Amino acid sequence: MSSTVSLSTLRIALVGNPNTGKSTLFNALAGINQRVGNYPGVTVEKKVGRFKNVEQTFEIIDLPGTYSLAPRSPDEMVAVDVLLGRGSGMSPPDIVLSIIDAANLQRNLYLVSQVLSCGLPTVIALNMVDVAAERGIEMDVATLSERLGVPVIPIQANRGQGLDELKTALIKAATQSTPPDHDPFPPVFRQHADQLANELNRDRAESLPRYLVGRLILDNNGYLEHQLLPSETPGQREQLAAIRQSLAAKGLPVPAVEAISRYEWVAKILDGIVHIPDERHLTVSDGIDHVLTNKVWGTLVLLAVMALLFSSIFVLAEPAMNVVDDGVGWLGDSVSSLLPEGALRSLIVDGIIGGVGAVVIFLPQILILFAFIAVLEDCGYMARAAYLMDRLMAGVGLSGRSFIPLLSSFACAVPGIMATRVIENRRDRLATILIAPLMSCSARLPVYVILIGAFVPAHTYFGGIVGLRGLTLLAMYLVGIIVAVVVAWLLKKTLLRGETPPFVLELPSYKLPSLRTVFFRMKERGWDFLQRAGTVIFAVTIVVWALAYYPRNEAQVAEMVAAERSELESQATATQPGTPDYDRAQQSLAEFDQRENLDHLAASLHQQQSFLGRAGQFIEPAVRPLGWDWRIGCAAIASFPAREVVMGVLGVIYNLGSDLDVGSEGDQSRLQERLQAARWDDTGERVYNLPVALSLMVFFALCAQCAATLAVIRRETNSWRWPVFTFTYMTMLAYVGALATYQITSRLWL
Amino acid sequence: MTTLAQLDRGQSAQVVQIARGGELAQRLLEMGVTPGVAIRFVGAAPLGDPLEFELRGYRLCMRRTEAEQIEIQLS
Repeated sequence: MSSTVSLSTLRIALVGNPNTGKSTLFNALAGINQRVGNYPGVTVEKKVGRFKNVEQTFEIIDLPGTYSLAPRSPDEMVAVDVLLGRGSGMSPPDIVLSIIDAANLQRNLYLVSQVLSCGLPTVIALNMVDVAAERGIEMDVATLSERLGVPVIPIQANRGQGLDELKTALIKAATQSTPPDHDPFPPVFRQHADQLANELNRDRAESLPRYLVGRLILDNNGYLEHQLLPSETPGQREQLAAIRQSLAAKGLPVPAVEAISRYEWVAKILDGIVHIPDERHLTVSDGIDHVLTNKVWGTLVLLAVMALLFSSIFVLAEPAMNVVDDGVGWLGDSVSSLLPEGALRSLIVDGIIGGVGAVVIFLPQILILFAFIAVLEDCGYMARAAYLMDRLMAGVGLSGRSFIPLLSSFACAVPGIMATRVIENRRDRLATILIAPLMSCSARLPVYVILIGAFVPAHTYFGGIVGLRGLTLLAMYLVGIIVAVVVAWLLKKTLLRGETPPFVLELPSYKLPSLRTVFFRMKERGWDFLQRAGTVIFAVTIVVWALAYYPRNEAQVAEMVAAERSELESQATATQPGTPDYDRAQQSLAEFDQRENLDHLAASLHQQQSFLGRAGQFIEPAVRPLGWDWRIGCAAIASFPAREVVMGVLGVIYNLGSDLDVGSEGDQSRLQERLQAARWDDTGERVYNLPVALSLMVFFALCAQCAATLAVIRRETNSWRWPVFTFTYMTMLAYVGALATYQITSRLWL
Repeated sequence: MTTLAQLDRGQSAQVVQIARGGELAQRLLEMGVTPGVAIRFVGAAPLGDPLEFELRGYRLCMRRTEAEQIEIQLS
């Protein structure tokens, strides 16, 4: 170990604008040695990676992409806190690695100016030098570095070029560079800041970093004041107001003074060392953009991309989901054959294996959606899609950013809600999360298909082009959309009201997406789901299993089976041999005695005896006005883990056994027959008719019977408050919707 | 007052000031919409809103209502 370089780990903070290739650089440096965590209390994810250069190890922390270090919310405060080493047990990073886009120097250097003001050793990675060269932009990197006072290393993160030079520069910067002393503000501002710093730090144990003192003056939105100045210390906030007033009187109003000062500094830095061709020669990106934001072509391409995205999560995921389904089924069967019948077997097969299956089943859709999102974001189209859709979404008070999450939710709300991270504004993001489960997802489809097939007549209109069944299906989708629009509007007027967030969005130039970035994005989100939402979903599955299994009274069920058999027997003995009645009675007895049918009857009886079955019977008075009997009530409750479970539960109730496959047509029609034949216990009338089917469908269109969705809402909002809110409001809506549907249609229909 | 929302497609102007304060102003300033900067109207989205601009060598979009808050001087 003769190295002169310190062998302790160098801690690096990676900072940069969005669309500069920051993630690409992070992935190129850290490779698979990265993990994702969370900062306490905020939704920003914490990405930390490790890498080595000969003997030096580095720890790199990837800060959220940002245009400015002016925190307005706890999420934005994270980057500032990391850079200044604030928070318990934290120290500032050894070096700041600031990545900038060589083709977009002015705006990128604005952030660099703020970074330099933090006073830490800094290295600049000048990315996309190839793109800049392609556009005819020439620059003198050596002079740029000299003027900035920090090393500037040209790199191409997507090709891995310049990384060795970058690592060398990082080591060098940590050992020898003097921290920058950067203050582009006019002298008057500096005087005020010095004075304020003295006063604030007089009675503080730990002095406030100079950067934050400046921010206190500049950021007049109240957030920092609230965070840093205790309201019990009198006069401080008034003093701030006085400073701002005095600055404004001198022609330096906040917050404009910062942008003006820093952009002036940028102009001086770049003066004479960057040559941008006067004649704007159209780049490939310009050409693509011309087409993609064109009225006709742009709209067509957008529709095509969205259709592709949607059908991929809908159709492409299906084979993978079937594999998961079959795998879980096979595993369950294998374990079943090894274990004796009883509570343990049921716990392992239906509880544990079923629970794992209930989690893993979402992975294909999540991975496919995030592959798409990563490609769209990395190539620059994501911002365009938001731009193109904004007008439409602004109508309900949201922005174009909400479009893809909501569209994805038609396949499944779980990945849809996970995709809301692209929405910067907290209120918009919450509103989108809260209405996403109202989009009719693929899990509702079997419910619709089975009920429509059994109870909606196959009338057609306009020469067979339009069918009543198709219209009913469409109506179910519309119910969700219309209710979502109303709910979004209401939320934005009440719980989530506030100033309309600005829709000031960079439209980055197009580039080829990096496969590595796409891969890491998929892996990251898949893991995140498994770890954080998966555990909740798994736990819920086990709890619901227990509620459906216990209390288990084998003797009582055996007695009930025997009682039913003896009734059949007495009916049979009452008939005369040789008559058709006799033959029929003998046949039903023989059928009854078949092993399979006995099992199905026992399963049904066990379910009725279970806590869940009893709950269904208990709530019957409440669901009666919806046209439901206790069996439907029981199925609705039991479908809490996932909507599609409702048909399986009805299958068990109607003696079809527990391994009904609602995806297969044979099983579908068997269930449809049973539903059509079902009768009320007391009156003997048919339970199901069109109004009941419609009421049930509307209920499932609007209800929140999906543990996975609620678990993901909990994960994405970091609080139980919002899943509870979602469940409550959607259940109420579903009940009222189903009630209205039944009461109205039954009067029209009868 | 002439605002950014009144530019014709392809037309350029210089920013004078941002009329409304608050989050919008702060965001626009950070993105480089500062007094004196040259800005060009590239075009509107197919539904008529938002609007796309070019400044400081990159593309920025904003809603019409936001562009109406930016006072300009035709160059």
